[in-house]
Order: sequence, then structure tokens, then C-alpha cells
Amino acid sequence: MSLVELKGVVKRFGTNTVLDDVSMNVERGEIIAVIGRSGSGKSTMLRCINGLEPVQGGTVVVDGETVSAPGADLRALRQRVGIVFQSYNLFPHLSVEKNITLAPRVVKGIDPGTARELALGVLRRVGLAEKIDAYPDQLSGGQQQRVAIARSLAMQPKLMLFDEITSALDPELTGEVLKVLEQVAAEGMTMILVTHEMGFARRVATRVVFMHQGRIWEEGGAREVLEKPRTPELATFLDAVLH
Amino acid sequence: MIREFAAIDVYYLLLAARWTLALTALAFVGGGLFGIVVALMRVSPFMPLRALGAAYVNVVQGIPLLGWLFVFFFGLPILAGVQVSSWVAATIAFSFYAGAFLGEIWRGCLQAIPRQQWEAGAALGLGFGEQLRHVIVPQAVRVAIPPTVGFLVQLIKNTSLGAVIGFVELTREGQLTNAATYRPFTVYIAVAAIYFAMCFPLTQLSRRLERRLRVAR
Repeated sequence: MSLVELKGVVKRFGTNTVLDDVSMNVERGEIIAVIGRSGSGKSTMLRCINGLEPVQGGTVVVDGETVSAPGADLRALRQRVGIVFQSYNLFPHLSVEKNITLAPRVVKGIDPGTARELALGVLRRVGLAEKIDAYPDQLSGGQQQRVAIARSLAMQPKLMLFDEITSALDPELTGEVLKVLEQVAAEGMTMILVTHEMGFARRVATRVVFMHQGRIWEEGGAREVLEKPRTPELATFLDAVLH
Repeated sequence: MIREFAAIDVYYLLLAARWTLALTALAFVGGGLFGIVVALMRVSPFMPLRALGAAYVNVVQGIPLLGWLFVFFFGLPILAGVQVSSWVAATIAFSFYAGAFLGEIWRGCLQAIPRQQWEAGAALGLGFGEQLRHVIVPQAVRVAIPPTVGFLVQLIKNTSLGAVIGFVELTREGQLTNAATYRPFTVYIAVAAIYFAMCFPLTQLSRRLERRLRVAR
């Protein structure tokens, strides 16, 4: 059974159809890069996968849990599915340690001593162990985003969603965040990334999905999709982002 | 018979100011409890609760405080058949009134925290109550201090309306003193000075608290 199964997913905001019959399966260990113009439904699809957005049609099944069913146990699901946002969304009133350990303590009930160890462990993975007692506003954007990744890793998810996580960063900081992502990928994490970093997608993704007008327009191996677009829409899009 | 305004009158004014403070404290505690409930209802994901909270606020804010004092003082004996003292009536009316205003202030503070903060909590598996308690409220409290103290200062001054149902507090005592001494200017300057002495430290305290919370995040 696939880790993620989207079947005929329809998402509307009012009369505006954002996802129009989207179907996709993601296997364990896959790294999917989702590309496309703004407004093509990329981020919405990601948000439907962990139930942040309810869907109007079709089914979303993640790790055997039907997210789209009324009364789905979203709380349990979200312990297994991490998401990192474009705007980091760290909690400004909490230290880096507390940001990371809040959910493990409250949701999983781990004790404070173990919690600090857990925080240190995930911070090492993103190269920020020395910032454990800092507050978010003392960190650069790139560091904040790495803490956000660490916070998500601390829940030991089976699947991680990344929603344009480098779009708010300048190129220098983008590099440090992508390096962390690459390392998480190398550890075997299943990942779905919405991204505009084509070089990164080509290097790391096992599959690239191109979305257009709320549909999956093209998908396939990273190299073939990015180098040999079959549709004029993808060709135009690649032309625009690569130059 | 008209007598001189003397030290003893200042003493009586200060005694009356105790009742101003006592009524304010009761109304603030009662109003705080109502306010928390109203604010939570207003941000809850359940429409009926939101509507009920909004209805309470609209009804209370749409009728003058004076009206509520009359409703509870004269209305309770007629509608519920219970005689209430001016103390009880004033406490209920002021709590009712403060609850609506504090509820609105606190709702605004909760809603001032970006939606993404709720979402980040939800994405980590926190439930609604946990998001509220660990993520939203700690941030909202800091925003809430200045308007809450501002309202408390208003409340101190508004308790003077309690006089209409026979509640003797600072302003009413001032009127009585004036009737006896016929020194309106002196008497009301004294009354004003006492109000100022009660309100000014509060605004200072608010500033200190704000600064402290900013450092402690």
C-alpha cells in the first residue's frame, strides 16, 4: 500500500476550483518535487494531505488513515506527517528547545529531560545544536527554517511536506536550507516538496510532478520531466523559471 | 447647616474610595470570568457558540450601563421575586458589563495572533485547546495588557454610576460632602485627586508589565 494515495481529489474555495480531479500515489522513500506556477494548486494539494484543508471530492489516504473522511483522526495523522511552511511559523514566545519539544511533550507526553535530548538530537541534524536556547527572533531566516525542520523531525514523522520553504530566503540562506533537506532525504525520509528550486529538484527528487490549473499535468522521473517536457505548458513554465 | 470642608471630609472621601475599589475589584473578577468565556466562544470553531458570544456582547454593549444597573436593581425583585441590595445589583451589573468589553478586548488579542500560528500548532498534532493554551494565549496576553488596564481604569471611574441605585462610593460621597459644605470646587478637586491616585499607578504598572514581558518574551 502506498504511503499517500490521492484519488480524484477536488478542492474548491467558493466557486473557484483549486484542485480538479487530482490523483497521485507516493511510495515510501520517494522524494516528490511538485512544481508549477503560483495558483496551480501545489500548496493546496500539500495542505490537503495533512488535513489542513478539507476536500470537496475524492479521497486522501495517508498511511492507511482516510484523511478526507469526516471524523478522521487528524491529530494522530499529524504526528506521522510533518509540514514545514514558507514563513517558518516558529512560536516567537518559545526558545528553540521549547519550539521543538512542545508537541512531543504535549502530544506524546515525553518527560522534560528526554525532551532536551530530543531537541539536541534534531538540532544536530540541522547543524544548529548551539542555538538550543536562542529565541526565534535572534536567528536568521535560514536558521529559523532549519529549526522549523528540526521541530518537524522531532515528531519522527513517516512523511514530510515542505511548502516552498526557501521562497522567503535569499540565495545564500537558501543553500544552507537545501543542504539540510538533502541530508534528510539521504536518511530515507519520504518527502513531498513544493519548490521553485529546479536544480535541487533535478538532483534530489525521485519524481517530479508538474501542476497546472489545478491538475497534475505531467509527472515522471526528475530528469525526463525537466529536460523533455511533453506539453507546451510545462515547456513554457520551465522556460520562464530557468531563465 | 453649612460647615467648613475639613480634614475629616477628606477622610470620609477616602473611606468611600474603598467602596469604589471594592466594586471595581469585584466587577473586574466577575467581568474577567465572563470575558474569558466570551472571548473563547468568539474564537471557537463552532458557529453556534460564536453567535451566542456575539449576541451577549451586542446586547450588553447596546444598552447603557445605567440601564443595566436599573435592570438588576429594580428588575430582579419584579422578575425573579428576589430583593437584592445595591451591592449585589451593582456587582452583577458591572460584571455583566465588564464581561462584554473584556471579552471583546481579549477576542481581539487572540485574533491578533497570525492564523499561521494556529496552523503550525495543528500541524504538530496539537488539538484546539492545546493550540490555544500553549501557542496563542501566551502571545495574546502580552498584546492584551495595555487595553485591559485601560479598561480597568475606565471601570474605576464608571463605578460612580453605582450611585444611582444608592451605592455610596467616591463620587456619591463627594456629592454628599458638597451638600454639607457647599464648597463644590474644593470637594470635587479632592475627589478628582483621589481618582487620579487610584488610576495613575495602574497605567504605570501596565507599562512595567509590558516591558517585563517583552524581555521575557
